[in-house]
This record gives sequence, C-alpha cells and structure tokens, in this order.
Amino acid sequence: MEVLFSNFVVTWQQAVMWVIGAVLIFLAIKKDMEPTLLLPMGFGAILVNLPNSGAVEIVEEIFEFGIASELFPLFLFIGIGAMIDFGPLLTNPKLMLFGAAAQFGIFMTLSLAALFGFDMRDAASIAIIGAADGPTSIAVANRLGTQYMGAIIVAAYSYMALVPIVQPPVIKLITTKNERRIRMAYKGGEIPKITRICFPIVVTVITGLFAPDAVALVGFLMFGNLLRECGVLDNLSEAAQNILSKLITLLLGITVAARMQADAFLRPDTLLILGLGLFAFVFDTVGGVLLAKLMNLFTKNKINPMIGAAGISAFPMSSRVIHKMGLKEDPQNFLLMHSAGANVSGQIASVIAGGLILNFMSQYVA
Amino acid sequence: MNLNIPNFLESLSIMGKGMLGIFIVTVILILSVYVLNFIGRKIEKKNDDQE
Repeated sequence: MEVLFSNFVVTWQQAVMWVIGAVLIFLAIKKDMEPTLLLPMGFGAILVNLPNSGAVEIVEEIFEFGIASELFPLFLFIGIGAMIDFGPLLTNPKLMLFGAAAQFGIFMTLSLAALFGFDMRDAASIAIIGAADGPTSIAVANRLGTQYMGAIIVAAYSYMALVPIVQPPVIKLITTKNERRIRMAYKGGEIPKITRICFPIVVTVITGLFAPDAVALVGFLMFGNLLRECGVLDNLSEAAQNILSKLITLLLGITVAARMQADAFLRPDTLLILGLGLFAFVFDTVGGVLLAKLMNLFTKNKINPMIGAAGISAFPMSSRVIHKMGLKEDPQNFLLMHSAGANVSGQIASVIAGGLILNFMSQYVA
Repeated sequence: MNLNIPNFLESLSIMGKGMLGIFIVTVILILSVYVLNFIGRKIEKKNDDQE
C-alpha cells in the first residue's frame, strides 16, 4: 500500500500550477478565449506538474522536435497564411503603415525590460510578446534561447485573446468622440489575380533581403497565402486552414507545457513578464492610433484613428473590435474593411519586427 | 529591483533602428503593391481586349 501512495507528495508550487492549468481550461471553455491553444496548454500544465510525472520526458521530446526546431510555428504560419485575405490591404496599401506603427510596443517593451534588469536577449524575447502573434513570439524567443519561454507564450496568447478588453479603453483614452466618428469611404475594387499571386512572393523576397532572419517566418506565412491565391490548390489551402493549423496549435499548446513546470514557471519574473506583455499590447495600440492622428494633420481625407490600433497582428480579433467600436459611436460607420487591411498588415509587420529583433540581437547570442 | 540604466540606453538605439527599419521595409512593400496593381491591371486589360 505504501508504494501506491508514495507519489502523494505534491508541493504547493505544483498545486498552484494545477490551479493555473484549471484557469486556462476555464477561460478556453467558458470564455471561449483562444480555446484551441489555452485548453491544451491548461491540460499540459496539469500533466507536467503531477509528482514524478511520466509525461515530462515525452513532452520535452515533442518540445525539442516541434518548438526548439521551430517546426510547429512555421507549419502554423502556413495555415495562417492560407486563412488571410490580403484583399483589403491590396486595395489600400497605405494601411500597411499602421501595421508598422503598431509594432511600437515591441520596442518600448524591450527598453522597459532592459531597464528592469533583464539581459538583452531575455528583454527582446519578452518584448516580442508585443508582436501579438503566437508563432513569431515562439520562434523569436526560442531563437534567442530565453529561459522565460513558458511565461512569454502564456502572455502572448492570453493578451491576444484579451484584445477586446485591452484595446478599447486605450483607444478611448487617446482619441476624441469626434475622431472615433470619422467615416471612411471604402473604394473597393477587383484586385487583379496576378497581383494576388505575386504579392506573397514579392513580400517574401523584399523582407528576406532586409531581414534575413525573418525569411523563414514570412516565407511560410506567404507560402500559405500563395496556396490560397493560386487557385489550383484549393484542397491544400483548405487543409492548411482547417486541419494543419488546428492540429499544430493543439500540439503546440500541450508541448508548451514543457516550459510550465512549477520550478521554472512560478517565479516573480513571470508576473513581471505578464505586466510587460500588457505594456507591449497597450503601446502597440498607442503607436497605431498616434500615427493615424499624425497623418490626419497632413491629409485631406481623414482617417479614423481607431484604424491605427488594428495594426497589431492579433488577426482577426483586432479588426472586429475596431469595427464594433466604430458602429457603437456611429451606427452607419462601417470600418471593417479598413481595419482588416491594417490588421493583416500587422501580421506582416510583426514578422518583420521579429526578424529585425533577431538581427539586432545576433551580437548578444553566444 | 535594480534598474539597469546602461542596458536601457543601449536599448533606445535598438528602438530607433527597429522602428526605422520597419517603416523602410513597409514603404518599399507599399510601393511594390502599387507597382503590382498597376502591372496587374494592365495585363488584365490586355487580356480583356484580346477576348
């Protein structure tokens, strides 16, 4: 009988991790927050924090195979690329500027994390939470060899799910009611098929030339989009959108648990990282909105500054949030196409930002 | 908590270079989309005329 009960030695840290796991499962099921990721992550957190858990070794092996090698984030990007319709962006390419501006939070957070004493590699890994893009966060943090992988992924995905709660108060704080009511005409038009097909190739080449470290990420994202747009591989495109992305997200979620063992996760730094992640999302939003306000000083056709906030990469959550906010201020104000354009730009810009961070950090990597 | 001022100052230059870098790449991408749209429309018009 003694053997049967020999494992009943649960540390309080492990118990806390069970609670964290349960909270993640609760948020996934009850609040519908990124369920494909938070549910396996929550279950994984419980799985690896059982006393003498026999799952740790296998989860660690999947981690090495799928995350340390960057296979999972890259495969996931094929699915995301296949899901994205770049039409609104191709109709109004200027919207890409908001994608660029909304990466401001990444660099602000890098500075703040550096000020708080994190070494540059860890500071950059934490800052990339502001990419608002799970695969980019995972790939960059992994490449920089940070010790905070678990906390970074939890923060990145949690805040992506919390975009409807994080962005509106920030936007309201820095815009006036009149600004939020600005109507924008949408001049939709048919995008030539050749443009849609060439766009992913051109983006890959240009980004690859400027940020070689980002070329794997942007390349797989754009490959997924090429599958979608080429018109001859609809089956593969659908498989990438529905099966591949969901399967990889599921494996990613449960594998991340390898970095959620109590001794590595339950540290004061984790709370600080969660705070810095929120800071990154807030300043991403601020960066996008302020650029729109700045552009309004010089342009005749005014831009609704809320569109700038959609430049963060959390797709399609952010564009929907902005559209709803627009409708709330003025029921006839339809901002969805503009916000979707800024939002998909954010997807590209966040990958470029990740590549630039890797370029800058190459001097700090041993 | 000790504040690391030298690290912070170093990070400011990364911030400047990073944001500048993103905007440079973005502007090039915007220009390339205008070129793609222009060429795409020309090709489409030519094909329509031929039909």
